[in-house]
Amino acid sequence: MSTASTDRGAENEYEFEERESVIIRFAGDSGDGMQLVGGQFTNASAVYGNDVSTFPDFPAEIRAPAGTLAGVSGFQIHFSNHDIKTPGDVLDALVAMNPAALKTNLPALQKGGVLICNTDSFTLNDLKKAGYAENPLDGHGIDDYMVVKIDMTRLNRDAVGKDTPLSQRAVDRCKNFFALGLLYWLYDRPTDPTLNWIKQKFGKMLDVCEANERSLRAGYNYGETLELFTHRYRVKPAKDTPPGKYRQIMGNQALAYGMVTAAKMAQSELVYATYPITPASDILHELAKLKHFRARTYQAEDEIAAMGAAIGAAYGGKLAATGTSGPGLALKAEAIGLAVMAELPVVIVNVQRGGPSTGLPTKTEQADLLQAMFGRNGECPVPIVAAAHPSDCFTMIQEAFRIAVEFMTPVIFLSDGYIANGAEPWKIPEIDGINKIEIKYASSPNGNGSAQAFQPYTRDEKLARPWAPPGIPGCEHRIGGLEKEAITGNVSYDPENHQKMIHLRQEKVDGIANSIPEQTVTGPEEGDLLLVSWGGTFGAVSTAAAKARDKGQSVAHAHLKYLSPFPKNLGDLLGRYRQVLVPELNMGQLRLLLRGHFLVDAKGYNKVKGQPFYVSELEKAIDGLLED
Amino acid sequence: MSTESGLNVLKPKDFANDLEVRWCPGCGDYSILAQMKKVLPELGIPKHKIVFISGIGCSSRFPYYLSTYGFHTIHGRAPTFATGLKIANPELSVWVITGDGDGLSIGGNHLLHVIRRNVNVNIVMFNNRIYGLTKGQYSPTSRVGHKTKSTPYGSIDRPLSALSVALGAEASFVARSLDVNIKHLGETLKRAAGHRGASFVEVYQDCNVFNHEAFSYATDKEVKADNTIYLEHGKPLIFGKDRHMGIRLNGTDPEVVKLGEGVREDDLLFHDEKAPEPSLAYLLSRMSYPEFPEPMGVFRCIDAPVYEEQVDAQVEKAVETAGDGDLDKLFNSGDTWTVD
Ligand code: SF4
Repeated sequence: MSTASTDRGAENEYEFEERESVIIRFAGDSGDGMQLVGGQFTNASAVYGNDVSTFPDFPAEIRAPAGTLAGVSGFQIHFSNHDIKTPGDVLDALVAMNPAALKTNLPALQKGGVLICNTDSFTLNDLKKAGYAENPLDGHGIDDYMVVKIDMTRLNRDAVGKDTPLSQRAVDRCKNFFALGLLYWLYDRPTDPTLNWIKQKFGKMLDVCEANERSLRAGYNYGETLELFTHRYRVKPAKDTPPGKYRQIMGNQALAYGMVTAAKMAQSELVYATYPITPASDILHELAKLKHFRARTYQAEDEIAAMGAAIGAAYGGKLAATGTSGPGLALKAEAIGLAVMAELPVVIVNVQRGGPSTGLPTKTEQADLLQAMFGRNGECPVPIVAAAHPSDCFTMIQEAFRIAVEFMTPVIFLSDGYIANGAEPWKIPEIDGINKIEIKYASSPNGNGSAQAFQPYTRDEKLARPWAPPGIPGCEHRIGGLEKEAITGNVSYDPENHQKMIHLRQEKVDGIANSIPEQTVTGPEEGDLLLVSWGGTFGAVSTAAAKARDKGQSVAHAHLKYLSPFPKNLGDLLGRYRQVLVPELNMGQLRLLLRGHFLVDAKGYNKVKGQPFYVSELEKAIDGLLED
Repeated sequence: MSTESGLNVLKPKDFANDLEVRWCPGCGDYSILAQMKKVLPELGIPKHKIVFISGIGCSSRFPYYLSTYGFHTIHGRAPTFATGLKIANPELSVWVITGDGDGLSIGGNHLLHVIRRNVNVNIVMFNNRIYGLTKGQYSPTSRVGHKTKSTPYGSIDRPLSALSVALGAEASFVARSLDVNIKHLGETLKRAAGHRGASFVEVYQDCNVFNHEAFSYATDKEVKADNTIYLEHGKPLIFGKDRHMGIRLNGTDPEVVKLGEGVREDDLLFHDEKAPEPSLAYLLSRMSYPEFPEPMGVFRCIDAPVYEEQVDAQVEKAVETAGDGDLDKLFNSGDTWTVD
């Protein structure tokens, strides 16, 4: 079946085809609202009870000319009746709103997949901008797909109606909802969540509200009425989902929620000082809305100032954090060194993106691990934790704060563009079940009455120094970036003292290993191959490992959330497998660390394209290693 | 002994600590430190609520020589730490100690923004027109032609006027003083401390080693009266040993005039530190030796909203309208579903 048939029956009865899971992608110009409908589809699927995983693929921030290849924006959704961890490799359905979207996305669509095109934007001009000499919808290049050509712009205008006071441009802007409506019908999704959202979002602008509603309904009814498809698809609610109340959450949002939660759990207040940078800015946007949690957001004049203000707030006794991406972390390096020297608890979030330099701001990458580890002058150890998936940001950012205040140290939290913008269902936590964070401020002088009443560089059993924010009588003291004398904190150029302090700072960070969970593996406890991953590749790597085990291969998977220090048992673990493979979206940064730390002959599977891993490529890499 | 506020009356020595002060003998920094110790007890603020934050440079060692809280940070960034600290705890009295290199070169951006935001801190910039700590390179305030280690043929950089920069950044309080005029310095620091918002004080400071007598025109007994002019709010601009000279506006340009000979006091420019527009203060900040006597004192002192107070006000407002942040409510916002 190819195009819309016009001989419609009075009542169409459609068969439902059951699917375990489906992968679809909306693709269009950045002005076409693809991210918006992608988010809506995700939400509707999550509310319906599917497990979902998404991959929004943005064009560069600056809007490219409409209709060009550079301006294509995509949103991929994987929804399923079982637990899934990735947005999937190949598409079951693709919505292409213009020729450029078709050209860039068609390779991802599997043969026989559904291809829905808005024919109204396949004009000569649009085709030229996408670099097509002739209309691909007329040629044989699409013969392998189930093509559905719809003159969406026109149909949408008719649906919104002539009586609308909206301009034609405004009406045309609703056509993404027409496409959404059609897919809701095709995949049997509930329309209510989106209808409610439209009401909430545009409630005050009745005309816009009505236009969007009409578009959505028209798309849905269009599927129902016209025999475009032989059948509809149904993906039942996920059955292996643990019981509980769920919502959908994105990585940066989970991070913001985690921050205000940490502040509550510490009975403190959050100060978030930052400078806008893709893809971290949404953390600021989320937190700026949470002022009623007494979260103070501060948009500084630059990255360095943001770091300085965060350290200043930590010095002042608040739970303080900054957020940035790779280029910003580079700028913050000197100030982070000061936080190491002054031993102040501050969390630095790095939502990684493609580098080096400005690189690929809207694309994902994991190439800042070594920067986080070593990117400062001097011997300057900083603990590093990393989130594995969007909702994990909620948990791990609280861990970062816990470590920071318990050990009086800056902590780097690594996320990436893929986690930050990806969405997944999140089991809403019980507040009572969330771990408290204990803060101990100094309350009185601790000196022995001699020279200095308060001695800022005494240490507890974890080697943490006391936190003495200004304002405490008797605890006046001076700190700074010059080397500190042990105990007194006075400036010291003494060689022995320097050596001692270098060791102390390292020992303190190493000691964090005693307060973090041991590394776990999924799969066999020992065997042929251990996959070691970290960060946003969790979904792809764990899925590939599971598939390998299904095929009978002896493959285990360890996903690291603590990168500095490593969990205590990691070295032992690595030794229990004949081979170790470290898949990373970089040139092998974790691999370098593992080899250096544990003298293990770890192999790498490395991709640096600004795109996440496909499960299939990892499976191939596993097969390749196990065959040798 | 107690004052009405219940505070122990503190003396300058209460603000001293026993660390050895390590500036070069004869450095102007000593005098500034001495005046600061004298002023602090007069502010009525307990020691534990006072914080000195500095960057890098000779001047930035300042916090080590006081017994208050102190944070010697990194080059040029002191205002950023101070801003974060004030957001965290608006109740503290925070001083930022910086120099011409620290504040106007590497940290120029932060200086602009802490002033622009009107964070309630007192910024004291020790201007010695040289890099002292790194042993004698020219600075952003060094005069054209200045021969230093890094400019053996003389500096070709056009210098900045620290006060013009501050005024350009919308400063609500701007003043200038001299290390050796201890009475004036003390009074100026006190006024800066009393101002709500960012106070910016430039102190001409003699670097005894690398730029000695850079300000001799303003400090030498014989010439200082002719080369400086002490500003007083509401008073005409008069200077000179015999107070016979004045500044008059000719169109929008200041000019030096002799009193008498047809020029009356009323014809002179009258100082108005409260002028809502910074134009007059800016004009004064442009007057420099040798064309003009250099103004000393408070150039500008106006009321403006204080940054951290507004931060707090927004938070309070949000709590008032949305209620105290409730995690459960936050997590359950938007669409939710239940799996049995
Ligand atoms: S180098 Fe100059 S400014 Fe620095 S301490 Fe010595 S005299 Fe003072």
